[in-house]
Amino acid sequence: MSIFDLTIAGAAKELAARKVSAVELVTAYNGAVEALNPRLNAYITVTPELALAQAKQADARIAAGNATPLTGIPLAMKDLFCTEGVRTTAASKILEPFVPQYESTVSAQLKAAGAVMLGKANLDEFAMGSSNITSGYGPVENPWKRAGADAKLVPGGSSGGSAAAVAARIALGATGTDTGGSIRQPAAFTGLAGIKPTYGRCSRYGIIAFASSLDQAGPMARNVEDCALMLNAMAGFDVKDSTSAERAVPDFCAALNRGVKGLRIGIPAEYRMDGTNPEIVALWEKGISWLRAQGAEIVDISLPHTKYGLAVYYIVAPAEASSNLARYDGVRFGARVDGVDLIDMYERTRAAGFGAEVKRRIMIGTYVLSHGYYDAYYLKAQKVRNLMLRDFTQAFAKVDAILTPTAPSAAFGLGEKMDDPVTMYLNDVFTVPASLAGVPAMSVPAGLSAEGLPLGLQIIGRHFDEETVFAVSAAIEKAAGFTALPEVRAK
Amino acid sequence: MSLDAATVRRIAKLARIRVEDEEVQTLQGELNAILGYVEQLGEVNVDGVEPLSGGAQMALRQREDVVNDGGIAGKILANAPDRELNFFAVPKVVE
Repeated sequence: MSIFDLTIAGAAKELAARKVSAVELVTAYNGAVEALNPRLNAYITVTPELALAQAKQADARIAAGNATPLTGIPLAMKDLFCTEGVRTTAASKILEPFVPQYESTVSAQLKAAGAVMLGKANLDEFAMGSSNITSGYGPVENPWKRAGADAKLVPGGSSGGSAAAVAARIALGATGTDTGGSIRQPAAFTGLAGIKPTYGRCSRYGIIAFASSLDQAGPMARNVEDCALMLNAMAGFDVKDSTSAERAVPDFCAALNRGVKGLRIGIPAEYRMDGTNPEIVALWEKGISWLRAQGAEIVDISLPHTKYGLAVYYIVAPAEASSNLARYDGVRFGARVDGVDLIDMYERTRAAGFGAEVKRRIMIGTYVLSHGYYDAYYLKAQKVRNLMLRDFTQAFAKVDAILTPTAPSAAFGLGEKMDDPVTMYLNDVFTVPASLAGVPAMSVPAGLSAEGLPLGLQIIGRHFDEETVFAVSAAIEKAAGFTALPEVRAK
Repeated sequence: MSLDAATVRRIAKLARIRVEDEEVQTLQGELNAILGYVEQLGEVNVDGVEPLSGGAQMALRQREDVVNDGGIAGKILANAPDRELNFFAVPKVVE
């Protein structure tokens, strides 16, 4: 067995038993990053020296007997989390020179738990995308291949670097952020588990903002247990984020073995969309039968406004983005392009610093918030958003969790689905509703497509009931017995 | 509703993004495709429905209106593209 076969939970046991040291573990991972990252482009910035220094501290802490399950565990940090003294780009050229002078709360909590940071993971620019191709630092290659084919596939997005790093075993786990599916869809595309917690569960302080009413941090890892271990450290109330929830954080690991006996699992009729890939529908049916076999009660439910989710999302998220990204003006931080006057400097700075997708979304957001169109677009979208929340509230009066597919397809090729922005947006059709409602949702690898690519199922829970999400996800994971590995990985 | 080229230029101006003449037509097509897609919200009846602004199921927290931070001018200016003493420097605004 190779050191790269260990999960976070497995590595924690080996570290605690002193069978392996954090320095050995991190040295192995640093080497794997060096070998595979030039090909995969999963990291924008690598921090091997910092990782090694943190590993030494971790070994001292383990020796002193006050380690946590994450002490000495090498992780990838999505390059959307501000890290003090380590360049943070949001995959945008406009932040190429930006070195934060402070640490995000989530990364600070992981650091406090003793986790080691291998580097800053690639993403879609400002987390806007579903394929990682909008990164200003080049696309990420999915370590998975279609059987018998060599075409490069996308890892999904926006947390595509995080996903590729964990799948290729050049990180033991990774942080992601999810605004409309950016943890769950890449997890599904790369055979990983990943959870978007309830909005408010993890602090947004120090996470570069995309759409503030939707953005939420979460873990991506090889299995459900590793996600629970990471979320235990990432979650919690923070005075620095006014939307952070003032609630105790349960031990998510304790929920893993609850089982699903007696749980009511909702199957929403509206997720059976016309033209959905039959493989995806078949996998969903399998998931339903697995849960039924383990004692869950399957209940047909309706989420009537599901089909409007993407339209709501593509008004609300750009509107918030246009406001959040107004700060990139070449004055206080980031890149600047000089102009003849102040306005010209702003316009040239933003034209040069932002990529095409980011510009599109800022412009859509600017338009839907502009005088004369606000009511027709933004206010209307907010009202339909409320109807979507009502759909979930009514469903959760009848069921304890909801099971759906995570994404409408397996990973697609680099360069496919590029014809127009709307085609790309359809990737998020199953993940966006939970984001708009603020409820927790997890993707679990559940099988392979006929082409040999991983497919995921999504488990959605009530607000702040990640425990049930973990319990159902663990049950799916157990039944699925997903053990397939990508061709490109550290061995 | 379809955006014309003049509106695309006006939005770009409001968004403070310089758009070159040759980019306008492409942007116009892409923005119209997105706006065309979201048109479907027109069919939803929202009579009497309150707008939902956020995912948080709670009232926003408030804190005491007091100074609780400061004295970090160096950190705040550390990433400035241009600075003079403890100030951000910008092109001349007033002649």
